[in-house]
Amino acid sequence: MNDFSVLVGGIAGDGINEAGLTVGRLFNQLGYSIYMYYDYPSLVRGGHNFVIVRASDRKIGVQKDHVDAVLALNQDTVNIHKFRLKDDALVIYDQGKVKLEGLKQITLPLPIEKILKEEGGIPVMRNTCIIGGLCKSLGIDWSVLEQVLKKHIPKKLEENLRTARRGYDAAQKHVEIKRLDQPSLPVLTGNHAIGLGLIKAGLNAYVAYPMTPSSSLLEFMASLAEEFGLKVIHPESEIAVMLMALGFAYAGVKTAVGTSGGGFCLMTEGLSLAGQAELPVVIMMGQRTGPSTGLPTYTAQSDLHFILNAGQGEFPRFVVSPGDANDAYYWSGVAMNMAWKYQVPAFILADKTVCEGLYSLDVDSNGELNEETPPLWNGNGKYDRYKYTDTGVSPLAFPPMKDQVIKADSYAHDEYGITTEDPKITKDLVDKRKLKGISMSKDLDTYETVKVYGEGKTALLCWGSNKGVCIESAEKFEMKAIQVLVLSPFPSKKLKEALKSVERKICVECNSTGQLARLLMQYGIHTDDKILKYDGRPFSLDDLEAELGKVTA
Amino acid sequence: MSPKDIATYAKNQWCPGCANFGILNAMKSLLKEMSGVGYPLENIVVVSGIGQHAKIADYLNVNSFYSIHGRTLPAATAIKLANPELRVICFSGDGDSLAEGLDHLIFAAKRNIDLTVVLHDNRVYGLTTGQYTPTSPLGFKGKSTPNGSEEYPMNPLEIMLASGASYIARAYPGRMEHFKRLLKDAIIHKGFSFVDVLQVCVTYNNLYDFYNKRIYEVKDNDPRSFDEALKIIRSWDYNSDAPVAIGKFYEKDLPRFDEMFPGYKPHKVEREAGLKRALENFI
Repeated sequence: MNDFSVLVGGIAGDGINEAGLTVGRLFNQLGYSIYMYYDYPSLVRGGHNFVIVRASDRKIGVQKDHVDAVLALNQDTVNIHKFRLKDDALVIYDQGKVKLEGLKQITLPLPIEKILKEEGGIPVMRNTCIIGGLCKSLGIDWSVLEQVLKKHIPKKLEENLRTARRGYDAAQKHVEIKRLDQPSLPVLTGNHAIGLGLIKAGLNAYVAYPMTPSSSLLEFMASLAEEFGLKVIHPESEIAVMLMALGFAYAGVKTAVGTSGGGFCLMTEGLSLAGQAELPVVIMMGQRTGPSTGLPTYTAQSDLHFILNAGQGEFPRFVVSPGDANDAYYWSGVAMNMAWKYQVPAFILADKTVCEGLYSLDVDSNGELNEETPPLWNGNGKYDRYKYTDTGVSPLAFPPMKDQVIKADSYAHDEYGITTEDPKITKDLVDKRKLKGISMSKDLDTYETVKVYGEGKTALLCWGSNKGVCIESAEKFEMKAIQVLVLSPFPSKKLKEALKSVERKICVECNSTGQLARLLMQYGIHTDDKILKYDGRPFSLDDLEAELGKVTA
Repeated sequence: MSPKDIATYAKNQWCPGCANFGILNAMKSLLKEMSGVGYPLENIVVVSGIGQHAKIADYLNVNSFYSIHGRTLPAATAIKLANPELRVICFSGDGDSLAEGLDHLIFAAKRNIDLTVVLHDNRVYGLTTGQYTPTSPLGFKGKSTPNGSEEYPMNPLEIMLASGASYIARAYPGRMEHFKRLLKDAIIHKGFSFVDVLQVCVTYNNLYDFYNKRIYEVKDNDPRSFDEALKIIRSWDYNSDAPVAIGKFYEKDLPRFDEMFPGYKPHKVEREAGLKRALENFI
């Protein structure tokens, strides 16, 4: 079995995330599938940051508790993560900062300070040095590391190469990491995948206010703005964010916004406006531990019902929860297409784990993604922005349209877009919106809104980031894993189909009240057990397997 | 109603004698006048908030975005950025943009986005039947402050000047010719223009008499002088008894937010190539 995990630990400022990326890229060059969990507290310097990079010959979406190598940039890393060391693990450490005692594992001290001084390196290059040591220890050829560094180090490349080489030379091979005959895929975070999927589907503007774990999507979009002609705006508040997105939509610009729970709270009035005025908008909501400020840099799945019900009044919405970067790429594009096809708000309901975790991306894994053109007005007669049709969807037009008037209205309105309080028109408007929801539902029948993995009389039901851990542990316990991708419109028929031969249903979620289980109840599906984790951390493979062991005992 | 009619079929709900009629009529006349000289009707977008003022979106037969309370400016900003050929006019109120939406008003001025704000400043919440607003005087007896408000009003023009607004004026529909000229000038100004309209609410805060006795048109001022503008702006504090100046107080030519965005929009082929490159960079 080709499954290798590396933990890198240090303080914030040590470049731990980058280090993890580099390790991931190394294994990627050798044909491995990558997953990385990044753990960091809410501070900029100090504290304890660590990553667990897992490389496997199969596709993975979860980390294991125990690791094959620890790269320790400080003492905390060894102290805190000692329990993770497998018997045959390797510990490579900065001998100037770490004292090891009584470890039976193989250890490799590196005189990093001395090396940096001699090679003209700066402190953040400590991790490059230690990765050099890792490479030699794992029998990875220097040329692989050299190639990765040359491609990805933005500045001081020469110093980094020298520092890495010193670390490499100081080590000796302990194990040989086999090169696999599999392609090297793009390795990126869920946020990156979301950005690319949105652009593929025709996004032209991105508006956001920084908030973990969505901020890196804002940063990514801003970096692509020039190349893709995007209007990327960081305005004064999330209220402005949402209202700008709606202004853009009114004028025909495909726009997405990104935020987390607290920021989304501020967007809810605008969301209701989107519902009433039928303005398309895509909202990337990256869940984190709440309530309120909670744990800003940790994960949760506790906003499902908030997202499903936010905004006063009733109106259809699209909600998809991607389970990894593959889902994030494809379904972000679908969200954009759905938003414009049905003129509804479309949510990409992610969480910190997916947003900031590292995954191997296979762009074609969910099928082809294309930008769809929304139904546009044919130019005949007088334009009515809210014309009744047999699908509930009114053809779109954007100013300037000669001799025509395009009115968006937050009040209940007639077909032309003039405010009304008439009871019949009010009801017709509601029915129109309901009809849109039904049309969207029918459309989604042709998509894999529910995904089934494996076979078994017991089913693990999950949504979002628990996809990887459920698929893998279900295999071990001979269970079926069912991932509910689309939460609204709810794929009741497809889910019931998937549950046909299932005798026991277990919901696996990162919240304390079983929100998916509760949603299933609304559709008459009763869950037998709930496995819930709500300490801000995602399930590790070991966590879920232990719980499944208890539940099946 | 034909697309060329400037008025819609919507039944007007304003009280007889409301100064909103003055604003509406001035706009109808201006829009007709300007449609032949670089402001075609199809390029006009009216954005309004929530309040009696906002109903103008229902009454003018032009493109409109009838927004939510306090949120005209972010929507209007994006509409202008989407297509700089559009001429965006925000109609707002003292409750709408000085209370609920003050943040956005300040930022719109700060960004110098090319649009015009026509503030229906009647110094009362008309739609919700008579509460005090940020420009109501100290001691204003309204439904939420029956014993008299305990707050001094703010001076919206002073706030706009401090926020970097590139065009600041105050107007009074009671002087219709002056009013129309000022509105036109504000719309033509390239950049963020703010017009505080002393719009009288006959039902809840009838200040016709007060204004008619104190209003005077400012002439011969240098609108490029910040200090002069500040002096005029501070000459009446929305609270004390003083002459009330109307006219253009400040105008400057500054870089605009809408100029900062690329007009470039890649074709599908270029986008596909860009995505391929982006993916390659992640390997």
